[in-house]
This record gives sequence, C-alpha cells and structure tokens, in this order.
Amino acid sequence: MKTLMLGNEAFARGLYEAGCCFVSSYPGTPSTEITECAAKYEELYAEWAPNEKVAMEAALGASLAGKRSFCGMKHVGLNVAADPLFTISYTGVNAGLVIGVADDAGMHSSQNEQDSRHYAQAAKIPMLEPADSAEALAFAKLAYELSERFDTAVLIKMCTRVSHSQSVVEPGERVLPEQRKYEKNPAKYIMMPANAKKRHPEVEARTEALRNWAETAGINRIEPGQDSSCGIITSSTCYQYVKEALGDTCPVLKLGMIWPMPERKIRDFAATVQRLVVVEELDGFIETHCRNLGLSVSGKDLFSNIGELSQNLVKEKLGGTVQAGAVLEDAIPARPPVMCAGCPHRSIFYVLKKLKLTVLGDIGCYTLGAVAPLGAIDTTVCMGASVSGLHGFVKAGDEENAGRTVAVIGDSTFIHSGVTGLINIAYNESNATVIILDNSITGMTGHQQNPTTGYNLKGDPCTKIDLESLCHAVGIRRVRVVDPYDMESCETVIKEELAAAEPSVIISRRPCALLKYVKHPGPICVDTEKCRGCKACMNIGCPAISMVDGKATIDTTLCVGCGVCGQLCKFGALG
Amino acid sequence: METKNIMIVGVGGQGTLLASKLLGRLLLGRGYDVKVSEVHGMSQRGGSVVTYVRWGDRVYSPIIDKGQADCILSFELLEAARYTEFLKPGGRVIVNSQQINPMPVVAGMAVYPENLEEKLKALGIEVDALDALALAEEAGSSKAVNLVLMGRLAKYFDFTREEWMEAVEKSVPPKFLEMNRKAFGLGWSA
Repeated sequence: MKTLMLGNEAFARGLYEAGCCFVSSYPGTPSTEITECAAKYEELYAEWAPNEKVAMEAALGASLAGKRSFCGMKHVGLNVAADPLFTISYTGVNAGLVIGVADDAGMHSSQNEQDSRHYAQAAKIPMLEPADSAEALAFAKLAYELSERFDTAVLIKMCTRVSHSQSVVEPGERVLPEQRKYEKNPAKYIMMPANAKKRHPEVEARTEALRNWAETAGINRIEPGQDSSCGIITSSTCYQYVKEALGDTCPVLKLGMIWPMPERKIRDFAATVQRLVVVEELDGFIETHCRNLGLSVSGKDLFSNIGELSQNLVKEKLGGTVQAGAVLEDAIPARPPVMCAGCPHRSIFYVLKKLKLTVLGDIGCYTLGAVAPLGAIDTTVCMGASVSGLHGFVKAGDEENAGRTVAVIGDSTFIHSGVTGLINIAYNESNATVIILDNSITGMTGHQQNPTTGYNLKGDPCTKIDLESLCHAVGIRRVRVVDPYDMESCETVIKEELAAAEPSVIISRRPCALLKYVKHPGPICVDTEKCRGCKACMNIGCPAISMVDGKATIDTTLCVGCGVCGQLCKFGALG
Repeated sequence: METKNIMIVGVGGQGTLLASKLLGRLLLGRGYDVKVSEVHGMSQRGGSVVTYVRWGDRVYSPIIDKGQADCILSFELLEAARYTEFLKPGGRVIVNSQQINPMPVVAGMAVYPENLEEKLKALGIEVDALDALALAEEAGSSKAVNLVLMGRLAKYFDFTREEWMEAVEKSVPPKFLEMNRKAFGLGWSA
C-alpha cells in the first residue's frame, strides 16, 4: 500500500526489508531518524553508540559475524568514523554492511557544509545517492546486494532535502537472508602491512568491477528530452530541481551511484548533446569527473558551491525566467533559534558571562549560549573540541588568561569525544576547568538516549555511566555537581574551581526542560507594582520574557517557572 | 493537474509538523503524488520554521520556491510577512494573528512591524486572519493552535469534515483527541 514516508524512514524500511539485523549509529541532524525508525522494527537490533567510530566498528563486527548491518551518521560524523572507513575498504565484509551519511547543504543544523562524496572516492567505497524516499528504500536494499556481491561496505549519501522530505513509497516484505558463517581469514581481516599490501590491488580491481556494473545499472538512467542542445547530468535532490524546472525539455543522465561513476555512459550521453551541464550541490564532484574524462562541461561556473540549489535557480541559470512574490517594505526581524524557556543551560551561561570568562564551546543546544544577549561562548568547532582545546589554551595561555577560561560540553558530547580530552588534561596536567552541562539527554537532535541517561535506544533501562566516577577514574580529583537553576552557588563553585591549583570538572546537572517526565511549577507572575522596568531580567535571553509598556511581561504559554529570572530581579517582582 | 503548493510556517515548537503530516496523509488518500518537506534540528528551538506541502499528478521538487505558493498557512503573524516572496500572484495567506516576539525584538535590537495584516492586504494578498490562540484556549489548550488552523485551512479544500476528522484521529494521541477535535471545529466554524 502506498504511504508517505520521510526519506530517513524509507531508508530504515529498506534496511528492514533487506534483512538488516544490526544497527549502530550516533545521532546527528539530518540523519537521526534513519536509526530511530529502524529501532521501531522489533526484529532488528538497534543502538546508539557513543560515537560514529564506535558505531562503524560495531557494524563491521556484526557484518563479520555474519549478519547484515548498518551504521548511520551526519556528514561530520563520517569524519569521526573515517579511520575505520578507510581500512574497512581493504577488509571488505562478510554479510552486507551499509553506511548511511547525511549531508547538510545550506547548514540547517551543522557547523560546516562538507561534501561527503569525496569520502567515497578517497576511501574507494561505492556510494549510492537516492533522490527521494522511494529510492532511499530501494537503494538500501540494493546496497546490501552490492555489498555482498562486491565484498565491500556501501555508502548511501542522503541530504537534508531527501532525509527530511516525505514522499510516496510502497513498502514490501522483509526477507531475511541466511546468517553467513564467520570464517577466520587473516589475510583479509588482519590489516598489517604484508596483508594490506595484497588487499590494496583487490580494492582497485573492485572499483573497476563496480565501475563496469555502473555502466549498465538501472540506477544510472538516461531520461530522453526533446531538445538535445543541452544535456544535464545530476543526482540526488538536484535531479528533482532539474525535472521541476525543465520538465522533459533536456535529456538527463540521473546518477544513482555517485562513486564509481560510469565512464562510458557519461561519454555516450555527452556525445548526444551539444552542451553538457552538471547540476549538483556543493562541490563540483561529478563535474571534475567529467573533466577528467576530457569532456567539455559546465557546472560550478553556473551554480555556486555554497548552499543549496532550487528549481528557480536551475531555471534561471539555464535560460528561464522566474517571478518572486511581492515583498513588504518593512524590515522583517530575524527569528533565530533560542534556548527554550526553562532551559537549564541558560543560567550557567549567564554566570559565565558575568564572570567575563573565556568559554570554549562544543556541539549541542548549548551552542545557543553564543547568541545575544548571553553571548557567552568564544569557540565552537566540533564534538569534543572544547575540552581538548581548553588543555592547549591553558597550557599556552599567558598569565592574564590563567584561571579565566573554561570548557562547556554536553553529557552526550562529553561521552562522544570529550572524555579523551579530559584524559589528556589529567595526564598532561593542565589546570583546566571543564563544565559538563548534563541535561540527561541528547537534546539538539531531538532527545536521544545516551550512555549517561540509563536508557537505551529501544527505551529499556540499561547501564548508566556515572559521570562523577568516570571523571575521578581518569584522574580528576576535583569533581563538583551544581544545580544550574541556583545561580549563586554556580558562581561560587565556578570561582572556587578556577582558583584551585589542579584540574577540575563541574557537572551542571538538570534535565532538559522539554523532557516529558520533568515537572514544572508553572508560569510565574509579574508584580507590576514592584517592577521598575530595569530590564535586568532581559539579560538572560528567555523567550518568555518581554517588556510591554515599560514593565516585564511573561508569556504564560512558554514560561515553565524555572525561577532564574527571579534571581536577577532586585525588586522581587518576578515570582 | 498543475502542482499545488502550501507553505506551513511558524515558530519552532508550535506544531507545524503535525499539520503537514495530517494534510499529506489526506492528499495521498485522494490519489495525488505528494511531497512534504520539513526541517528538523536547530531551527526547532524557537526559530522560524517552514514546511512545504506539494501535491499533483507528479511532484518533483520537495521544496516550494519563490513565486510558487498557492497558500501560506502561518502560525504567527510575522512569519506570514517573512515569506510573502514565496506566494504566487493572487496567493492567499491564512494567518494566526498571534504575535510572538523574536529574540532580536525582545532584546530591543529590532522592531516588530505594525499593522501587518493591512500591509499584507495592500500587497494584493488575500488575507484570512483569525485569533487561533484564543480559539485553542477555548478548546482547552494553547497547544491546539495547530488544529484550529487546520480547521480553518479545511475551508479551502473539498474534503468532508469526516475525512478531516479521520486524519486528525490518526495523527494525535488518543488522550488529546477530544480537545483537538474541538479545536479543529472552532477553526472550521470561525
């Protein structure tokens, strides 16, 4: 029966139908729902791993043990997992292994705009690129066939518009392949130099075999057009923009497999059109390949390598006209994301700003601590970089900076890759102060469990990592726990730990205000007699507070009654 | 048939995703090709959010581009004004007249424009405004704004009230069904 599915949901359906039995991933927008949806199938084991490298290695282990496996991540997660990726290319697989990676052109929810297709070429691993939900489902199944037939992991590259668009799919039945037997094979699975040297030629031969397969594969299809003056090569969501903008005017070569690319098919297609144009988002990946084949081609001279494309862009660049609707003369104020009302991170950032500290930030909801009026964060790079960076900053800093710098990192991010930085702090003895913002959930990606929450992906109770013990175990003697809603004690503890002559960890602990089990006292009231309109409460950037006619006003649909603003009011007007 | 386009816009957390899910399900049931595009992640934290709903014989792009929307269903007044560029000539705006100040306005760094409804009309846009928050509260919860607006949007479709209700039943938790039914009804008859 036809149904609407998100690209990610359809991907998960494809995994299910292909008989995938093991899923290990780390959440990251826009990839998260692949794994969340996979976890809803009871027949399928699914877990959140501490990070993408662990997830990929676990998925390889499951493949070697004989079951079809999967790991999923966002584009920057593939950087974390790049180490196993490049050598899995050499070992190959036993049962099929599929790796899902979701890019985020336009950076809707990411710190960079990298183009993951380069990984396929660099690691010499085939990559499929679905253009809608039906293809996400079909390609997931095809990927397992290719994986087992060509003895390779297979990458499936999603992007925000494919991952987070619902389109029509027709789900099928699950077919469970027989478990493959694990057979000891040191020459294939022990990648020490002597063995790896023998594997490398096989990897190159495999790429050529896959290239031959790609020449006739149905997923690389030519759609004829009425006018051969311009032919388009495209893939992924750009295919949809091309078809929407140009209909059946131009012949189109739609690539479902982006690596390796079919050379003959591309040459043959180019020979049938007067002008060859590649329409692709981000880097000129297909275009470069066409140039390497000696073809004359247009691409990035027309379409930017920055941000997303769209149907209007394609139309305009290829000679059409588009008309936008009317625009108001008024300046429309931006509406950037903000920390939610009641967010336990808000007050900590207020204190850090008040103390005028340098704050090395990390990846999560708390990155919003960088936004005015809090403006408390100095850096955000990648998962874990706050803790590791703090070590270098403290070691290399001058006296003026001593005792004036902290790292802030969330619970999930700390487990992902902050703990290794903390080990470095302890081992190499920098007098660093790390603040773990423990809100008992992976927040930004939409509430995923992690090793510190005591629940697994399926929602069952499980082993809970004790952050205090973990910090002690790696050699941090000073570990303090504070309630971020109590700003006075937060300030005291932060001052004390910065003054201490050894490294310390402060755990700021309070669950995310959006968690269903968190009970709130309910909206506060403003005593308008007492309110002097001093705007002190405005300095915490709470979306529930605004000034109306010179007095603080509370939006009762947003306020949860955390009481943080009341601590800033000298006149006792908020309570 | 030519592809039809509705943009559902609002503030992260207002429940725009449920509205698009519900509409997508109904349209699919009619046999259309349907695409619904959402953005998850950071913008859901109180930022400006956009969902695209497109249907027709064959829908390619998952997004609606400038000049393509037949209708903007806006959960907040300023958000309706933000996206007028996306409307077709003669397009319609259905808007919750509720104003939610974005942080730059709250912080005093920007001004929330005045008389937006009139200004939208002056652009030649057909504006259907209602106080969906008040109606949602009447139904029992401020969180039911999305169902009130769905009720209003329903006026512009030829689905029966029963068909809408069936889709509502499939999209909301049973615990809140009665309240959501009431909210939909208030939007429908407002």
